[in-house]
Parts: sequence; C-alpha cells; structure tokens
Amino acid sequence: MKYILLIYVDEAKGAQMAKEVGPTQMSAPYLAYTEALKKAGAYLGGDRLQPTNVATSVKTANGKTQVLNGPYAETREQLGGYYMIEAEDLDAALAWAARCPAASYGTVEVRPIWAMQAS
Amino acid sequence: MNQADRAKEARAAAETAARRGYGKLVALLAARTRDLAAAEDALAEAFASALAQWPKTGVPRQPEAWLLTAARRKAIDAARRRKSAAEGEPHLQLIAEELEAAAEHPAEIPDRRLALMFACAHPAIEAALRAPLILQCVLGFDGSTIASAFLVAPAAMRQRLVRAKAKIREAGIPFRIPDRADLPERLAAVLDAIYAAFAEGWSDPAGADVKRRDLAGEAIWLGRLVVELLGEEAEALGLLSLMLHAEARRTARRNDAGEFVPLADQDMRRWDLGMVEEADALLHRARARNQIARYQLEAAVQSAHAIRRTSGSSDWPAIVALYDALLGLTGSPVVAVNRAVALAEAEGAAAGLAALDAIGEDKRIVEYQPYWAARAALLGRLGDRERADNAYALAIGLEADPALRRFLEQRRAALGGI
Repeated sequence: MKYILLIYVDEAKGAQMAKEVGPTQMSAPYLAYTEALKKAGAYLGGDRLQPTNVATSVKTANGKTQVLNGPYAETREQLGGYYMIEAEDLDAALAWAARCPAASYGTVEVRPIWAMQAS
Repeated sequence: MNQADRAKEARAAAETAARRGYGKLVALLAARTRDLAAAEDALAEAFASALAQWPKTGVPRQPEAWLLTAARRKAIDAARRRKSAAEGEPHLQLIAEELEAAAEHPAEIPDRRLALMFACAHPAIEAALRAPLILQCVLGFDGSTIASAFLVAPAAMRQRLVRAKAKIREAGIPFRIPDRADLPERLAAVLDAIYAAFAEGWSDPAGADVKRRDLAGEAIWLGRLVVELLGEEAEALGLLSLMLHAEARRTARRNDAGEFVPLADQDMRRWDLGMVEEADALLHRARARNQIARYQLEAAVQSAHAIRRTSGSSDWPAIVALYDALLGLTGSPVVAVNRAVALAEAEGAAAGLAALDAIGEDKRIVEYQPYWAARAALLGRLGDRERADNAYALAIGLEADPALRRFLEQRRAALGGI
C-alpha cells in the first residue's frame, strides 16, 4: 500500500533548533532516514516545504478566485514536509513514521493514499 | 429438567455453536482483503439461517461446513445477479474463492480469530470501539445488541462500527499476531477490550438483562480463546483468572430477596468453587512466566479473597501488598480506594481513613461512589456519625443500581440518630 507521512512541526521551534545546532545538523538525520527508506525499497518521494509565512491559499466561489495570504489553517504545528512511501500495511507504515526524525519533536501523520480504480 | 428448559438449552447451544463458527469464518474470509464488511455480508444469511434452524434441528456435526455450504449458495446467486463490475468487485471475487477453498476442507480451516482480534484492538482504532468491534466481528452480535450493552444509541453504535471497519480496510490495518517486540503492548489492548466486554456484562448483577449476562460469558470465552491460541502469555492467563474469579461469585452478590450482599458477607456455598479452583490454577501458570502485570495482580487480589473458603477470612495483608503493586503500576485512584479499604481491614479503620484522606485531593474521585461509601463506613466505625452520614448521602446520590442504593441506605440508617 502507498502511504504519505505528513510531517507536522512547530516552525518557530524548528527555526530555533536550526539556529542552535546549525542547518547541517538539522538535515543530517533526514538524509540518513531518506537513505534508509531507499535501501528498504520503501521510498516513493518526499520533500521539505518552505515555511507557512510564504504559503498562499486559493479557493474559488461563485466563479471568483479568492487568494488568501497564509496557510489553510493556523495550528500549533505546521505541515513542514512529507514522505511518500510503500509499505505492506499500517503497522509497517507506522514503524517508518516512528523512525522519522520529526517524530521526536513534532508529529507524523500517516495517511493511506486513495487507490484509484484502473478504468 | 422440563420441556421449556430443554428448549432453552437447545437454543443456547445452537446460538453458541453458530457464533463460534461464524467468527472463525469471518476471520478466514477477511484475512486477505481486510474487508470485514464484505466478509460479514457473505456470511450474514447463512448465520441468520443457522440461528433460526439449529435450535430446531440441532447443531450439525460440522457447523463450519454447514455455514460454508449455505454461504456458498448465496455467493453463487449473487455472482449470477451481478453482471457489471462494481466497486469492490475484486474483494468479493477473492472472498468467493476463499469460500470455495474452505468448503473443500472444512475440517482444516485455520483459526485466524486471534489475528482478527488484534486488528479490532489495533491502536489506530478508537479505544472505546475495540470491544464492540470484537463482539461484532468475532461473535456476530448485531449493532443494536452491542449498543444496549454499552448504553449507546443503536444508530450511533452501528455507524461507528461501520466507520471502524472502513478504517481497518482503507488504512491497511493488518490481520496478524504482532511481533514479539510489540506483543505485550498490543496484547494489552486486546485484553482490555475483552475485559471491557466482561465488565459490561458484570455490571448487571441481578442478571435481569439477558444480553448483558451473556456478554460476561462471551468475554470469558474470548479470554479462553486467547489463552488457547497464544499459549502461555502471563497477562492472558491473568485476565482469564480474574474473570473466572469474579464470575464464580456472580450469584452470591445478591440474596434470595434480591438485596446486595457485600463480599465479606457472601454465602460461600453460592460460590462456584470449581471455577475458583480453575482461576487459581490459571494464576499459578501465569506466575511461572515471571511477568507480573495488571491482570495477574487483580486476579491475585480475587484469589486472596477466595482463600476465605479454606481459612475463614480474606488475606488482608496480602491484598494491601497487591494493591500497592497495582497502584505503582497504574496510579489509578480507584485502586487507591480499594487499597485504603484493605488497609482498614489489615491495620484498623484509622489507617484506612488516613489513606482515603490522602486520595481525597484527586478530582477524579469526587464522583466515585465507592470512595464515599468506604469513607462513610470507616467514619461510622470510628464513631464520627455526622460525617459518616454526610458521606453516605453522597454515596447514595452517586449510585445508579437500586439494590446497591438500598444497601447503602440501610447502612446509613444503622448509624443511628445524630
């Protein structure tokens, strides 16, 4: 099954940590984690996102496009990145989520990808 | 035994056999697809026929083979009716194949009910729904029956069960006995769900509500199944021991007039001593594993009460020590109240009251009837009638069971005038 791991972290806390330990130290565990996913054949994709202060949201109503400054929702932790993985079942996906560096200072949400029926 | 009793017994035996067979087949059919709803659908008519026919015709020699034959007939009919490919078709195809394969060797159907229970009690499933889910999928209870046992509106319960099954399918929750490393935590969730079902059945002491009384029996059966399929797991043995100890005293909890009888005053001739012996033997087996945890400690408390059948009184110092260990494990204020009551028996009312005072800070305890009843009893023993009377008033106000309320009222009256 395909799962997406959505990484939610407190941006302010993350920026503070980066300042303290340096950006290389912050990304090193992610590089190792990505490598482990690839070695296991579980890696399908993944990216880090720019912070929510550069986010722009769009919705259309009555044919009009509304452009809003900021993320979809103001929350304590923000979506900061994602991994797309292949896993046998939820337990396997949860095991990968637990190894994600963000799990120790944020939250990793595991969502199955909606399987499109081949037509 | 008269004819009506015999008919009742035949009905009960038929229902039990039907539920056992049904759960085994649901577990088999859902194992690969994780589609519980489809597996239940495939068996629904066969299960309903079994529940209707077996009480009259008797339980067939191979209940699972009977159910499989009936279910196959339905699956073939359904396949004929279905012309176009619909959503979920591959699942139905797979289930039809499983049915065919199983029907060829009905005596060799693997028992996957334990894996099914682990799926139902998965941490991704809301904790309050795990017991209802197990009762539905493993034992075939309908949503309304489960709803009435758990005091939830039937429509709401049915909907929540549908959603939970959808989550198992869509999120890919595995039907598997977890690895050694995860087993203790995951098994605890399964055991908690079984105990929740037992507790719902146990809370109907008069046995007036047949559905609830059955639930305690079914929970014991599930506990036996886990022990049988998982082997010597200490906590599984401990839970079964705990449930059997409690069940052994079921009828002793009320006298002939239907009044509440506290444990200390129970007529031991009303205890099921065979069940007590079995419970103690299970606890003994659990101890050999050297992995003491919650259910074994609770079972040991019950065992220390049951010792009264030979020694004449409960082993209070042992009970205090067991509650100390439980308190260290759970930090539960309910355990703390029980510990204080035991302490009062072991070391006197003043010691017990001091222990209760120490818990009084905990907000969770304010609405807990046994805390106030214990307080009232100890204050009464110490001669503080006014405060005892106040505590009884609170306890009575918090109790929902009329028999227990009457008992507390009698105790309150026995304090004498203030």
